[in-house]
Amino acid sequence: MTEPTIKTIPPERLLTITGLEIQGKQDGKWRKVVKGVDLHLNRGEVLGLIGESGAGKSTIGLAAMGYAREGCRLSAGTINYLGKELRNAPESELESIRGYKIAYVAQSAAASFNPSHKLVTQFAETPLAHKMMTFHEAKTKAEDIYGRLFLPDPAGIGFRYPHQVSGGQLQRAMVAMAMACDPDIIIFDEPTTALDVTTQIEVLTAIKEVVKKSNCAAIYITHDLAVVAQLSHRIMVLRHGLCVEEGDARSMLDAPREKYTADLLAVRRQVKEVSPPKAEEPLLKVENITAGYNNGPAVLHNVGFEVLRGRTVAVVGESGSGKTSVARVITGFLPQSEGMVYFDGIEMSPYLKHRDKDRLRKWQMIFQMPDVAVNPRHKVKDIIGRPIRFYYNPGRKETARRVSELLDMIELNDTYLDRYPSELSGGEKQRVCIARALAAQPELIICDEVTSALDQLVAEEILKLLQRLQDELNMSYLFITHDLATVRAIADDVVVMYQGRVVEHGPRDEVFTPPHHEYTQLLLSSVPKMDPDWLDQVLAERRRLSA
Amino acid sequence: MKKESKWIKLYKASPLSARIGLAIIIFGLAVALFAPLLAPYGESEVVADVWLSPGGEHLLGTDQLGRDMLSRIIYGARNSITIAFITTLIAFFVGAFLGLTAAVTGGWLDHLLSRIVDIFMAFPTLILALMILSVLGTSVPVLIVVVALLDATRVFRLARALAMDIAIMEYVDAARLRGEKTLYIVRREILPNALPALIAEFGLRFCFIFLFISSLSFLGLGIQPPTADWGSMVRENSGAINFGILTPLYPAGAIAVLTVSINMVVDWFLHRSAQIRA
Repeated sequence: MTEPTIKTIPPERLLTITGLEIQGKQDGKWRKVVKGVDLHLNRGEVLGLIGESGAGKSTIGLAAMGYAREGCRLSAGTINYLGKELRNAPESELESIRGYKIAYVAQSAAASFNPSHKLVTQFAETPLAHKMMTFHEAKTKAEDIYGRLFLPDPAGIGFRYPHQVSGGQLQRAMVAMAMACDPDIIIFDEPTTALDVTTQIEVLTAIKEVVKKSNCAAIYITHDLAVVAQLSHRIMVLRHGLCVEEGDARSMLDAPREKYTADLLAVRRQVKEVSPPKAEEPLLKVENITAGYNNGPAVLHNVGFEVLRGRTVAVVGESGSGKTSVARVITGFLPQSEGMVYFDGIEMSPYLKHRDKDRLRKWQMIFQMPDVAVNPRHKVKDIIGRPIRFYYNPGRKETARRVSELLDMIELNDTYLDRYPSELSGGEKQRVCIARALAAQPELIICDEVTSALDQLVAEEILKLLQRLQDELNMSYLFITHDLATVRAIADDVVVMYQGRVVEHGPRDEVFTPPHHEYTQLLLSSVPKMDPDWLDQVLAERRRLSA
Repeated sequence: MKKESKWIKLYKASPLSARIGLAIIIFGLAVALFAPLLAPYGESEVVADVWLSPGGEHLLGTDQLGRDMLSRIIYGARNSITIAFITTLIAFFVGAFLGLTAAVTGGWLDHLLSRIVDIFMAFPTLILALMILSVLGTSVPVLIVVVALLDATRVFRLARALAMDIAIMEYVDAARLRGEKTLYIVRREILPNALPALIAEFGLRFCFIFLFISSLSFLGLGIQPPTADWGSMVRENSGAINFGILTPLYPAGAIAVLTVSINMVVDWFLHRSAQIRA
């Protein structure tokens, strides 16, 4: 499949932004967060904005509607939409454009919908406010767009409430809402980031189809280059509020001009060399676990797997597959109703409070959200020092020495000792969490989605650090993740979970090479690749299979 | 040495409002401490005619029995501030400790404590206090303990609600996984994060307790005459307003100035801890 290349008429220029500067207020002073960015958008074009958090991509996306967040201001530059200047335009004029001519799709649909109104009521809100159509017309239109976005039962789904549809469907309903007034420009702000890969593919397909057919233009904001590659004609890479590189999507993916872009492209290509498992007594053995919350229905059914010494086992699955519940059973937060957890051949009590201190020391946990995994009121030295004092209590001097040593191991230094978590970046916080786990000198570390809240480059550094620590200290990892690139980068063995059951498990390469279980196949084929044709190929393949 | 420089640094970073508040609180405490030296007349000494205007020998005039108002306010600082402060402290210590523990432990302990608190809160506080005080008698220690425990129920509610939100944080999970005891979790993980809201409540509670004790005094079950107490002085002299005499406004003003000062300091503290968090 090739894109049509013949252009008979010059494309219509919809949006031109020049020299855009945006300032944000911090500690009472105005600081530049976007430092002079130029971009333009033609009809029928999708521009991908990519960068790490703090790069200013969402801020620019909002500025394209002439909007600055609370505590921000558009301090310089021009934002020209079809000859109208949006920067400092009167609010009344902006209102006639926002949601009507330029629409916005936010990252979390669940947080953006009003939970107490039906989807179609919320769909009709903007067209009614702009007196474009009657409710009845809006309803007909909603049905049409729902259908084009491949939502099931387009006529009926509008009459459901937000909680009655799935996350992916809700995200598509939000895309539909943005399209209610046939806007010229749609701004997508990380619309698939919160979704599972298998759901993400549905939303991506829907967005791609709809943008192509409705002849509008779109700005697609994401941190994931593989996602943006599927949709964009042009890509703009942002970093620290500046444009690093801009260009045609294909040529940028083939030959990035800047090192930073090349780094972004290189992430997720890391693959661990797997050594064959040694036959020995497993360190952790989970046997026939069945468990549920508060006497409710079981969320885990007969789950069993093993973790060998010095190896990494990845538990993969989409949200709701029960992978986090497995961790909660192992840690003792969720006592199982059936089955048993063995550690080093010894039965573990299902209840956390019945487990002795030395056993607890031997496994530590690293959490998903580094922001809430460290107490904001403790200094770094106390966060790392506490497990040392708690388990070993070697005296003040020795503790301080150990803390310094641990900081060194996680590639930080003594200047961090007296800092509070708020003075650390996300990646640094996660490093501190790793040091806290290491401080206990554990034999097993349970990592619950430890990289999913981090930027890709930072996540990669964390994975490398974990790998290096494993090589040095011969610990085992139980890695819970939904991201298959992470699995490739770190796992020796893989456990695939689906609806509370283990569907496949074994050495990574065995699980990842066909023949697969049906679900493993779906999961593997849903991970976006850095290839602009990937989405079309997958869809063609799936259509072929179902036909 | 290091500690001292830290305090000086803290003071230098404080805004004007907090400094004014702090100055007034320190002044109030000094007055309370040195009351016998500062007061021109005795606490319950009848020195002149009833409700004299301010000026001359009696800077703030005299009260309904002809006692010197200034001396009464100075002695009143001693009684009112001390009693209200101790009461608030006890209420907070008991309420916060039990509230945080209940939230962290959960289970039957949480149920038991919460239901006891519910029962106490089901009665109007004033009526309950009157009932208990009339049984136990009206000495100052009894008054302090009874009012403190009644107010602790409010603090318990707040502390428990705060701790519920904090206890689900992953750093608390991390501490539990480590095998930490409940007391450590309450003291080191939960309390520092609940403290800003608790201290804000402290500022408010202090004012409420001040006024509550004065209502009890008015009803004859609080601080007993002739002991000077700002709250009861307002009540005792309230009749003077009918004759256009401003006497009751002086103790009322003292209460207002002190509570505003406390809240100015509390505001600054809240602002500071919000910065640490962000």
